[in-house]
Amino acid sequence: MNTSKTLQFALLSLAVIGGMILLPQGLGLYSVELLNIFLVNVILVCSYRMTVTTGDWGLAHIVMMGVGGYSAALLAKDAGFSIYLTIPAAGLIAAFVAYVMSLPLSRTVGFGYFIASFAIAELVRLSWLKFDTLFGGVRGLINIPIGKVFGYSLFDPVIYYYLSLAVAVICLMLMFQIDRSRIGIVWRSLSTDADLARSGGINVSYYRKLAFMCGSAFAGVAGALLVHRLGSVDPKGFDLTTMIYLVIWVVVGGTGSFWGPIAGLIVMTFFFEWTREFLAWRPLFFGGILILFLIFLPNGLDGLLRKLFDKVTSRGGAKQ
Amino acid sequence: MELATFVQTLANSLVLGSIYALVAIGLSLAFGVMRMANFAHGEFYMVGAYVVYALYALAGWPFYAAVAVAVPVVAVLGMLTERLIFRPTKSNTLAGFMATAGLAFILQVLAGQIWGVGLAKQVPMPIVGATEIFGALISTQRLTIIPIAFATLAALWVFLYRTKWGRGMRACSIDPDAAALQGIDIRKMSLLTMGLSGASAGLAGALMSPIYSVTPYMGHGVVLIAFIVVIIGGMASVEGAVAAAFIIGFVHTFGTTIWDGITATMLGVAFMAVILVIRPQGLFGQNPV
Repeated sequence: MNTSKTLQFALLSLAVIGGMILLPQGLGLYSVELLNIFLVNVILVCSYRMTVTTGDWGLAHIVMMGVGGYSAALLAKDAGFSIYLTIPAAGLIAAFVAYVMSLPLSRTVGFGYFIASFAIAELVRLSWLKFDTLFGGVRGLINIPIGKVFGYSLFDPVIYYYLSLAVAVICLMLMFQIDRSRIGIVWRSLSTDADLARSGGINVSYYRKLAFMCGSAFAGVAGALLVHRLGSVDPKGFDLTTMIYLVIWVVVGGTGSFWGPIAGLIVMTFFFEWTREFLAWRPLFFGGILILFLIFLPNGLDGLLRKLFDKVTSRGGAKQ
Repeated sequence: MELATFVQTLANSLVLGSIYALVAIGLSLAFGVMRMANFAHGEFYMVGAYVVYALYALAGWPFYAAVAVAVPVVAVLGMLTERLIFRPTKSNTLAGFMATAGLAFILQVLAGQIWGVGLAKQVPMPIVGATEIFGALISTQRLTIIPIAFATLAALWVFLYRTKWGRGMRACSIDPDAAALQGIDIRKMSLLTMGLSGASAGLAGALMSPIYSVTPYMGHGVVLIAFIVVIIGGMASVEGAVAAAFIIGFVHTFGTTIWDGITATMLGVAFMAVILVIRPQGLFGQNPV
């Protein structure tokens, strides 16, 4: 990026953040609650993209979010931690659990990784059902304290929105920096050609574990934000169906750029709200969209826009 | 554990192992031959069960006639999946796999909309009564599954290893390009593979319908087990899938009898994780997964 581009980017980011700060003023409480969930999902899709840049499409991500959620719930309920501590602690615990899970997972690649991640994540999810004295079993944990920031009660959705916005902006900035750093470049090289990366002296297994741990840490933060807002957490919220919705958001958006998954999330969130009337048919629409995108637009909306943009600029007589 | 309980649990684990073998062999076959990874395999099993529910429990057909219809119906579903999803995403295994996750959603919604989501459907047992073995009473309906499954697996083995088409299929799994040079029609082979894969899942679902309740979501649990079985056996190894199916059948049945269903599933997954650490290529696999 040259200076003028950096400046443009900084101004655009400031405009978006400014818009996000003003947004709740003109909206009803229901819409603010939707925005709270949306911000949690923004962190979730970006952190999922982080793990898949290595080529490791896994099905464990939503469970890693659950690990963060359960950690935050237990720390707030039983240890009396404030929300300032539970959010980062949830991220660290999720990263640690991800490390343990990656010991068998890093033995698999491609399709094997996909299904092994599903099975091992299911083991974690089942342990919440099994050890019900700690995790509350099927009913999960309830009455999770919400707490306060700067003396304001977080029970107010607008106050919670500003907390979520601050956490989301920090997470996105960190993830964006990691994506552009050497680590991010190494991760992308693994998906292009892992053998070539290995022969270039890169410890492939180490970088794959690192990607899974980093992605899981941010998913854990998202999970903590979610359970503090809902006040409860249960194993049903982190099941395979929810995971497939996450895959749909990311596939629709495309993983080619950092912003693709957010675009996918926005489009699919609107679609989700519009199909509220056809509740029973909704999974069918989403399944159909997933199939159509994978067949006709495998690079998602991001790839489509890029292609259109290239066409327009080359027809317009640009120098390329 | 008393002898009678032990014999009963052993018989149940043989029944469960047979069903797992039928389900997992289809998954392993499709992956082994054409790298087609089918997430909707559990839903194929569910469709097989619903065909029996519709024809036998609702329309009053004889049970085995309903089973005989369920098998080709699901085989056609498998072939359609090959034509409409796997062929267009051939260049990327994961894209095909994720697209079939979408197909799983679609099949669940359709089953729910046609037959209702509410209560689980009960299919009456075609053979009522139990057989006594060493003092243990085992439902005769369950016992009939074992010979049917073994006969199907044996027929599949003969097909794969003793017929020209089976040899062609195995040639594709070893080297598709070389197989194509020998005049084997790869497209026809992958169509046939998905047909067989669907047929075996449909048969398993049809046979299990009187034993488990039939719901649109019954495929979820089955597909998790089939994945575990395929990883333990070694991706793309048909023998491995059968051996691992019986191991997991034993683990699940004994785990459920001694502790509970959740613990049994957790034991199965933990076993898979241990196998991945000490032998990543699986029990019978040649290459790491």
